[in-house]
Amino acid sequence: MAKLIDRPASTDGAKPDQDFSTERQRWESASARGKQRKGPGSGAVDRTISDIPLKALYEPQDLENFDLARDLSYPGQYPFTRGIHPNMYRDRLWTMRQFAGFGNAKQTNERYHFLLAHGQHGLSVAFDMPTLMGYDSDAGQARGEVGKCGVAIDSLADMEQLFDGIDMADITTSMTINGPASIALAQYVAAAEKKGIPRKALGGTIQADILKEYIAQKEWIFPPRPHMRIIVDMMRFCRDEMPKWNTISISGYHIREAGSTAVQELAFTLADGFAYVEAGIKAGMDVDSFAPRLSYFFNSHIDFFEEICKFRAARRIYARHMREKYGAKDPRSWQLRFHTQTAGCSATAQQPENNIVRVAYEALAAVLGGTQSLHTNSMDEVLALPTEKSVEIALRTQQILAYETNVTNVVDPLGGSYFIESLTDEMEREAEQYFDQIEQYGGVIEAIEAGFFQREIADASYRYARSLETKDRIIVGVNHFQKEAEREIDLLRIGEDIERGQANAVQSVRESRDQAKVDATLARLKTACDDPNDNLMPHLIDCVNAYATEGEIVEAMVEVYGRYTERAVF
Amino acid sequence: MPRPLRIIVAKAGLDGHDRGAKVIARALRDAGMEVIYTGLFQTPEQIVQTAIQEDADGIGLSILSGAHMTLFPLVVEQLKAQGAGDIVFFGGGTIPPDDVAELKRLGVQEIFTPGAPLSEIIEFVKRECGARVA
Repeated sequence: MAKLIDRPASTDGAKPDQDFSTERQRWESASARGKQRKGPGSGAVDRTISDIPLKALYEPQDLENFDLARDLSYPGQYPFTRGIHPNMYRDRLWTMRQFAGFGNAKQTNERYHFLLAHGQHGLSVAFDMPTLMGYDSDAGQARGEVGKCGVAIDSLADMEQLFDGIDMADITTSMTINGPASIALAQYVAAAEKKGIPRKALGGTIQADILKEYIAQKEWIFPPRPHMRIIVDMMRFCRDEMPKWNTISISGYHIREAGSTAVQELAFTLADGFAYVEAGIKAGMDVDSFAPRLSYFFNSHIDFFEEICKFRAARRIYARHMREKYGAKDPRSWQLRFHTQTAGCSATAQQPENNIVRVAYEALAAVLGGTQSLHTNSMDEVLALPTEKSVEIALRTQQILAYETNVTNVVDPLGGSYFIESLTDEMEREAEQYFDQIEQYGGVIEAIEAGFFQREIADASYRYARSLETKDRIIVGVNHFQKEAEREIDLLRIGEDIERGQANAVQSVRESRDQAKVDATLARLKTACDDPNDNLMPHLIDCVNAYATEGEIVEAMVEVYGRYTERAVF
Repeated sequence: MPRPLRIIVAKAGLDGHDRGAKVIARALRDAGMEVIYTGLFQTPEQIVQTAIQEDADGIGLSILSGAHMTLFPLVVEQLKAQGAGDIVFFGGGTIPPDDVAELKRLGVQEIFTPGAPLSEIIEFVKRECGARVA
C-alpha cells in the first residue's frame, strides 16, 4: 500500500509501542469532567437496549484476555466469529427473502410471482393463524382469523394452488410453521411430486422449532415431548430423503418479539438448538449426519452494535459447543448459518414511514453481523399486512445495502474493534450463564414446564416498557417527537369473503375425495403415533395425498398425544 | 376505602402475542389493582364467564392477529347476553384508526394502540372502572 501521508508515526517521535499512558490519563480526567446530557432519552446512555453496561470508550486493555487465534481466527474457520465463509459477501450476497402470505393460496401465489419477478431469490410462506394452530378454515376456532396473518392452507389442494406456475426445483422455499410443520412439509413434498419433482430436489427450510413456541410464540399443539418426537422423525426423514432441505430453523426472532433482551434471544435460541442436537443424538443419529441441516433465525433490533455482537457471539458459541460438547467432526456442523428479520417490535404505528429508516439500520446490522439471508420488514406491517408498494421499498432497502453501500466488500469489517470484541465476549459470557441456569432445571423442556423462560422474558419486556414510560429510552414518534395528526396510509385489508370462500373450498375438498382412503391413512397415522420406532413422515405424506385436511390430521394426532395447555404467568 | 379494582386481562382466538397483555397486566397490578390474566386462546364466552365469576369491574382484551373486528363485537354480544353489560370493556392491539372508531360505536369503551403510555391506560381503568366501586 502506498504511503498515505509522509510524516513520522507520531508528532513527538515516540516509538510505535508507546503505552499512551499520558494520553489516557488526560482523556480520563477530561471524560470525568464531562456532563452527561439530560432530558428525554438520556437515562440509558450507559447501557444497551438489553441493559448490558457500556463504557464511554473501549481500549486495548479491554481485550487483555482476548486470544486472536482462539476467539477470532479467520472467516470460514473455527470458531467462525468472523463469518462462516472465507470471502463472505464478495463471493455471494445474502439471500433476499421476503416473508409473504395472506388471504387464500391464489392471492399469495400472485404475490410470489410479483416478488420473483422483482429479483427476490427465494420464497417464504406466512401461514394464517388457523393453519399455524392446526385448524381448518371452517373450524369454530378459525372465525375472524382466516387469511389475516398469512395464507390459509387446509389441504394439499391449497398447497398445489400456492405453487402454481412456480418451478419448485428451481427456487428455495422457507415455511414458517411449527406445530403442524410435519404436515406442511408433507404437503410441500406431495405438491412437488404431483408436478413430477422428486423430494430429493427440493431445497428450503421449515421452521419446525417447537421449543420456542412454548417459550415465546405460543403456537403449539401437542405437549413438548411428543412434539420433540415428531421433530426427530422429520430430522431423520430429511437426512435420508431430502438432502437439500433444512430441517429446523431454530428461532430467536419470536423470543425477541415477545420482549426478551438480546442476550436472552441469543441464549434461549442456542439452548433450543442444543436441545434438538441432543434429541437427535439420543435417537441414535450421528451428529454430523443431521447437524449441517440445522439453521438459525434471529431478530435484528435497533441497538446497532449489540445486534452485530449478538450474531458474532452466536457463531462462536455454537461452534464451540458443537465441536467440544457434542463431538461434531464435520466443520459444517460447527457453522451457525442464519436468517435475519428486522425487528417487527421496533416498528411503530406512529409515523410509519420512519420504519423505513429503522429497517435500513437493522438490515445493516444483520449484514455486518454476517447473515446468510434477510427479510426486511415493510413500513406498514405494524398496522396490517404490507401493501405491494411498501414491500417493494423493503426489498429495495436490501438492494441498496447490497449494491450501493460497499459494506459487502470487506469481511467482518468491525472485527478487532475493542468495543465490538468486548461486547461479543460479554454476550457470550452472559449466554453461558443462562445455559448453566437451564441446566439446573434439567434442560430446556423442564425449564419451559417451570415457566423459567416465560418469566425471564416477561420481566425484561416489563422493564423495557417502564423505561419508555420514564422516557429513559425514546422511540421517535411514540414517546417523543409525536405528531398530533397522523397521516393515514393505505392499508391492505383481508375481507370476510376470504373466510367464507376458504371454508367452502375445504368443504368441497372433503366432499370430492375418497373418504375410505382418508380414513385408512388417518388410522395408520394414529398407529404410527403410538409406535416410537415408526417414522411419522411417510404416513403424513399418505394422509396428505388422500386429501385429508390439516385439521383432520391434527385431530387424529391429538387423540394420541393430547393438547398442550400453558400455565399462564405474567 | 373502596376495594381494589378487579380487572380481567384477556387473550382471545388463536392469537399468541401475549407480550402487551402481560405488560398491561403487570402495570395494572403495580397500580394497585387485582388482575386476573386469562391466558391464551379463550373464547368470547369464556372471557365473559370468567369476568362474571371473578366479579370483575373491567375486561381488557388484547388482539394482534387481525381478528379484532370479529372478536371484540362477540365479547360485547356476550356481555349483553350474559347480563354483564355494566362491566367496562376496553382493549388494545394493532388496530387501524377506522376500526377503532367502528369498535367504539359497537360498544367497546376504549381501544389502546401500540405506544399508548401505561399511565394513560391506568388512568382510564381507574376512572371508568372506579365508578363501579365508588
